[in-house]
Amino acid sequence: MRSVVAIYVENNFGVLTRVAGMFMRKGFNIDTLSVGETEDPRYSRITVTFDGDDYGRSFLLKQIGKLHEVKKVKLMKTDNNIEREHMLVKVRNTTESRAELKMAADLYHASIVDFNPDVICVEVSGEPSIMEEFLDKMKPLGIVEMCRSGIICIDCAGNIFDATE
Amino acid sequence: MNIQKLKGSQIVIETLIEQGVTHIFGYPGGQVLQIYDQLYNNADRITHVLTAHEQGAAHAADGYARATGKVGVVLATSGPGATNLTTGLATAMMDSVPLVAITGNVPTYFIGKDSFQEINTIGITMPITKHNFYVTDVTKLADTIREAFRIAKSGRPGPVLVDIPSDVQAAETAFMKWYPVEPFQEEIAPETEIMKAVELINASKRPYIYVGGGAGSRNMGEMIMALAEKIDACIGCTFMGISCIPSEYERFLGMQGMHGRYASTKANWEADLIIGIGVRFSDRATGNQKAYVENKKIIQIDPDFSEINKNITVDVGLIGDIRNAVTRILENVDKAEHPGWMSRIDGLKAEAKGVRDHYENIAEDPFTTMKIFDAINELKTDETIVTTDVGQHQMWAGQFLTFEKTRKFLSSGGLGAMGYGLGAAIGAYLATGIKPVMITGDGSFSMNLIELATAVTYKVPVVVVLLNNHSLGMVRQLQAVYCDSRYSATLPDRRTDYCMVAQGYGAKAKRVSDLDSFKAAFTEAMASEEPYVIEAMIDTWELVLPMVPNGGTIEDLIIDKEQKKI
Repeated sequence: MRSVVAIYVENNFGVLTRVAGMFMRKGFNIDTLSVGETEDPRYSRITVTFDGDDYGRSFLLKQIGKLHEVKKVKLMKTDNNIEREHMLVKVRNTTESRAELKMAADLYHASIVDFNPDVICVEVSGEPSIMEEFLDKMKPLGIVEMCRSGIICIDCAGNIFDATE
Repeated sequence: MNIQKLKGSQIVIETLIEQGVTHIFGYPGGQVLQIYDQLYNNADRITHVLTAHEQGAAHAADGYARATGKVGVVLATSGPGATNLTTGLATAMMDSVPLVAITGNVPTYFIGKDSFQEINTIGITMPITKHNFYVTDVTKLADTIREAFRIAKSGRPGPVLVDIPSDVQAAETAFMKWYPVEPFQEEIAPETEIMKAVELINASKRPYIYVGGGAGSRNMGEMIMALAEKIDACIGCTFMGISCIPSEYERFLGMQGMHGRYASTKANWEADLIIGIGVRFSDRATGNQKAYVENKKIIQIDPDFSEINKNITVDVGLIGDIRNAVTRILENVDKAEHPGWMSRIDGLKAEAKGVRDHYENIAEDPFTTMKIFDAINELKTDETIVTTDVGQHQMWAGQFLTFEKTRKFLSSGGLGAMGYGLGAAIGAYLATGIKPVMITGDGSFSMNLIELATAVTYKVPVVVVLLNNHSLGMVRQLQAVYCDSRYSATLPDRRTDYCMVAQGYGAKAKRVSDLDSFKAAFTEAMASEEPYVIEAMIDTWELVLPMVPNGGTIEDLIIDKEQKKI
């Protein structure tokens, strides 16, 4: 089962290694990972998606919660949340691809951020499933290079994740 | 309070003294030169114990901690000093022993350049410590060491490492003496959960209290016996729980599990309620974990929330302050009597006696380990601290040794690190002044017998009982069960004269091959003020029995060789 977990950690040297290392130590694979500072600069928020059954998930999250620099671990709800991913994709610049790309860009609210005679670079963000759709549209045009931010996730307005509670 | 300007190395020593440390076990080296220089200055305030190898130092600090409940401290240099600590740190991690390890490292400006004796100590020790710190700023050094002590002794204890580059040791900053840190406040189990546990206990007809290392390290013996009296339960323990409950106590059945005592191993499978106190329901103690939980209720009381439902699914989990939880259960639970269950327990005890007599009868060599341990029980005192290495001798010690007081049995339970015992005995003696007995085998002793040098130097009157069966007996026994008796690399043709080796280190030694000579040697050794090695020549083929094979249930219990053709 795909799970999204938000981990509040102290902004210390090596903290990402501790958290990522715990996934490895307990036999889990990280599918996506994103890290950034939070509303309180002492803490970072790590968002991880991974695959695991109910037992495995609860087992792993307790082990992560035990790490000294982890303030809070939260399993994100599967609904009532906002998930986003951000991508930069380079596709081949040909007469045929330009028209297709323009259509897809309009549909998926992507923007062309750079181009040269060979390659066009587009930027797009949105729900992870929509991003997969966008990539499916791009594949026939010839993806040259791409990078993805990893999933970030926040509860719908009103549900505030309080790391200190 | 007066504020002084001190160097990092002085701050290390001042903070250790401030935290109540009396002994520090270690080995010098290039990146801890300055800390050792300060130890030289402060020899009258803190005793440094030089071991033969950093692993021995880590085990000694561990023995110091287990024997007293205080935080043990070990000091090592960078690179190989740090890597040699790892087995000791992992041992402390698996057995929840409060330890602070201090390592030096190359100066910050040399980090990452593959400098001489540079290793990423933090990376290596991350999975085998409760937490670790890399200190780059001398102004944070004192508080970091204090935090290390706090983490080491809070909740479920464990080892914490502080890695200090040598330029940080040389840098100066203001230092203010502080107080010994208090552990973090523990959670208290909510009333509703306590009452759920009480209901399960009241409804139970065959209650079994299962005591682990967590109960031992919190001196809960008396409280647990009071609970057993009130609810008419029997008590068994994990390997780590040995010496928490006095062996003579009538409700106590001893260690359960793979190589447990017959009565406790049977009783915990037959019980309808298990009250686990400071236990993790490890695979070695429960056998087949799926079958184990069938037809019974389980209450787990543990300081570590991540242990609840980890190995088995429990009906009630009480987290946090386990003394508080057991006290409240004791207050609220109904007084009960279970005559049927108690007569079954008496029956199991009688069966166990029969099994024991059977072992005596089938023994080919009359010099059995059972008799050796009986003699040790008779000749040691209630105060004697016993340490062990790992292997058959360790399981025999767990089965046969008797204890009156808590913190008297020190052994590497979770990690199973051969070579643990001698270092631990040295640490335990220096911490308590109580004469230690160390039980070992020829395999384990060969690993760390170098620490005899330390025992001689520091006049540690340890009695080493070396049960020499000329084989790596525990693995050989596993090969008998799982590998069709094909003994791969477990019958080494070693010609080591352990008595001569011991004498070479400056210890006394005697070789014995019958019970009377063993008793005479042991009596002499107990009176000796020097380290004394007794090499007992035992039968190569003696086994640790009974035995529940890996992942087995009580139905798979192996009683003797004929039954399963061992």
